[in-house]
Amino acid sequence: MNPGRKGLVLAEPLLFERSKSGKGGMELPEWDVETYPTEEIPPHLLRKEEAKLPELSEPEVVRHFTRLSTYNYSLDAGFYPLGSCTMKYNPKLNDWAANLEDFTEAHPYAPYRHQQGLLELLWELKEDLKEIAGMDEVCLHPAAGSHGELLGILLIRAYHQERGDTKRTQVLIPDSAHGTNPSSAAICDLTAVTLPSGPDGLIDMAALDQLMTEKVAAIMLTNPNTCGLFETRIQEVIDLVHQRGGLVYFDGANMNALVGMARPGDMGADVLHFNVHKTFSTPHGGGGPGAGPIGLKSLLADYLPRPLLAKRGEELILDYNRPKSIGRVRSFYGNIGVLIRAWTYIRSMGPDGLVQMTGQAVLNANYIKARLEQDFHAPFGQAHCMHEVLLTDRGQKASTMDFAKGLIDRGFHPPTVYFPLVVSGALLIEPTETESKLALDAFCDAMLELKAMDAETLQASPTGAFVRRVDETLAARKPILRWKEES
Amino acid sequence: MRYIPSGSRAVREMLQRVGVAEIDDLFVTIPEPLKIKAPLQIRPAQSEFSLRRELKAKAATYPTEAFSFLGGGVYRRFIPSAISPVVTRAEFLTSYTPYQPEISQGTLQAMFEFQTLLAELTGMDVANGSMYEGATALAEAVLMAKRIKPKRNRVLVSQGVHPEYLETLRTYLHHQNLEIAVIPLNSAGQTDFHALRQVLDENSLCSLLQVVNFFGVIEDQAAHAELTQAAGCLNIASVLEMTSLGMLEPPGSFGVDIFVGEGQSLGLPLSFGGPNLGVFACKKAYVRKMPGRLSGQTVDQEGRRAFCLTLSTREQHIRREKATSNICSNQQLCALWVSMYLSLLGRKGLKELAEMNYSKGREAKKLLAAVPGVKIRHSAAHYNEFVIELPQKALRVWEELDRRGYLAGIPLVWFDPADDQALLVNVTEVNPKEEIEALALALKEVL
Repeated sequence: MNPGRKGLVLAEPLLFERSKSGKGGMELPEWDVETYPTEEIPPHLLRKEEAKLPELSEPEVVRHFTRLSTYNYSLDAGFYPLGSCTMKYNPKLNDWAANLEDFTEAHPYAPYRHQQGLLELLWELKEDLKEIAGMDEVCLHPAAGSHGELLGILLIRAYHQERGDTKRTQVLIPDSAHGTNPSSAAICDLTAVTLPSGPDGLIDMAALDQLMTEKVAAIMLTNPNTCGLFETRIQEVIDLVHQRGGLVYFDGANMNALVGMARPGDMGADVLHFNVHKTFSTPHGGGGPGAGPIGLKSLLADYLPRPLLAKRGEELILDYNRPKSIGRVRSFYGNIGVLIRAWTYIRSMGPDGLVQMTGQAVLNANYIKARLEQDFHAPFGQAHCMHEVLLTDRGQKASTMDFAKGLIDRGFHPPTVYFPLVVSGALLIEPTETESKLALDAFCDAMLELKAMDAETLQASPTGAFVRRVDETLAARKPILRWKEES
Repeated sequence: MRYIPSGSRAVREMLQRVGVAEIDDLFVTIPEPLKIKAPLQIRPAQSEFSLRRELKAKAATYPTEAFSFLGGGVYRRFIPSAISPVVTRAEFLTSYTPYQPEISQGTLQAMFEFQTLLAELTGMDVANGSMYEGATALAEAVLMAKRIKPKRNRVLVSQGVHPEYLETLRTYLHHQNLEIAVIPLNSAGQTDFHALRQVLDENSLCSLLQVVNFFGVIEDQAAHAELTQAAGCLNIASVLEMTSLGMLEPPGSFGVDIFVGEGQSLGLPLSFGGPNLGVFACKKAYVRKMPGRLSGQTVDQEGRRAFCLTLSTREQHIRREKATSNICSNQQLCALWVSMYLSLLGRKGLKELAEMNYSKGREAKKLLAAVPGVKIRHSAAHYNEFVIELPQKALRVWEELDRRGYLAGIPLVWFDPADDQALLVNVTEVNPKEEIEALALALKEVL
């Protein structure tokens, strides 16, 4: 078999197709106890057929996964302008920190005295996040932004419940919001009510006035919203919601436009989540792990999940004695390895670095806007965007999807496509602060080049990727979700 | 700032093109009263040099040299050196969710392989690409059960389920109009199936059994399957120490409907309990009700095998409030790590590793039971973890052993104030026999 799929991009079958009987790739520690018989265990509970794991030597396994890695585009390799995903450079120092042996080998049930260094780091991260968001308290437990949303909504429900305000069964969610917002509300048995955007892409005050009734527990806002626009009437929105007894959940996905410039807490947000895998530079890992700490105002603090990081004299402890707590939201205390990276990042940046970060992120987005808005439809017509710019395929020969695939052939990861849903054919571009002007120019040049191409050529792309366009319909219609020997 | 490439000249050029004088002019849409007036009150930037010193000092408070017998949901494993350098390759570490399949085949193929590995290990039809961690995976399993049998309202949970998992489940179900009934354990340490039989009825939605339970005892999956099937109640199995599946009959063989697990035990570092790895699998018939991402096999335009995320109409970015779950990101990198661990371990290795853990557990039980005043609490078989009863307050003994360099186990008083003379002790392949002997000796001295 010719190993090359494309020159030195090497073809690699599935693990199971490589497997050869009798091989192994790991040595176990030495046997130093006798092999005890399993007579204690009833025979019907013992495994009869071995699990069909692959049988491969160490170099074969290393080669397999290394080859797979070459089929991925990555942030370290190039521009990755996914809107609302904040694909900024992931500093290597952060990984070094998280991989310190004394951190990776720390057991969550070890005595407090051994955990002090790590707990101190978590305490400091909590204090920094409080200050950055203008909140009174921070909880580090959530494993992801959506997990933070769920926790936030649970806190809001607990708050209303304690006040005997049980008629609030709805959550207002702008139509431009991330899909996790309505599904988080639904898990908490609340009804998501869609709040339509106005013609300017912002929250429509008249619609809000009409929908913000005594049945509404909270509004979930993203600011800047997913059209890349700051909600200029944020103060009126929040005041109205508060006046009518609702609370404000602030989706922090787009915090990269705000850090050091404005604080959700000052705007009146009652609870928000951070996506540290966006704003605070922790790697996405091909889909996770991330972390989604939440910040909140003191009116919600009593309900925080157990256990709460607390000080007992000089010692940091985990406080389980929280009678009004909503309970646990996960095992242990959070995605610590990810949080260590966030701490390291904030410390590397400092207050001035964070301001520079935000300013540059917004400038980079506006530069792309300035370079492309004559040639691409930019809805809502605001002079400036925040950290991301929304364009659409209106008036183009080819569709948004074709532009996305065409960008791949020109050496760029596509932007977020067909989101937000408030416009047709969205291309949401978020360059982040860690791209140079050179990279931004190259991207804009590629977009203009694609615009000039005929639709047919564009529809054939990508031709330069590891595979051509993938049949996603077939995958869904006839799901094959695992390898089987006969297949 | 070294992470920002644009120098002052580039900034100037960009500002000019945008048509503003300075960066602050781009923030005009933020109302003036909302703008921060003073710098953030956080520590000034530190150099890489000084940060590394500080981080090392913070990490150093943990005694990696101590003899540890801590388990209780996350397990100490020997981790081969080959894994980290490959998994942390930038192509895996710094890529996004594989929404653009043409440039994400590495992640997608690895996810497909992970799904296959976990299906093989658990004997289930289909596994997803991962969940956040074990406790939330368990809660999601119950929410999924509710979608399968919407008319039933009672969730039966064995007392052998990890207490933090049970607490997480209570939180998730608080607004779900579902009630939880906890089924006690018998004196041997197994779920009391007589008690389960008493409560099983046409309102029983699902029954949760932790196959090697929190106290390390091996449960009778066959009896649980028989009882739940007869009652039309969904059978949910969970495993936290997943290497036990090298010797125990996998849940799929007993007709389990939904399987959830904690994948940390498959070679991931402890990392103070996170990030770890939620494992989720189910019967084929239920796959469209399953939460989480799935990689599916398909073809590209030229008919070559390719992979893409599939059945995404279940997910929140399409279905919004009608989605099967709000879970968005998963733990892909941890799943990849586990795939590599299982690939290296291989078929024979898994079996031997399970036998080694079981044998070390037996050895430890023997040696600790020989210490005067110490008793093994449960008579049923264990995998690699078990409860010892002490003749005095466990916390005092535990603290004294800690001072001597032993992390001797988990005081159960943390979970039940009345249970103040017991420790949960875990022994794995990374505990040499001398450590176990030394623990027994130290315990003898301390008591």
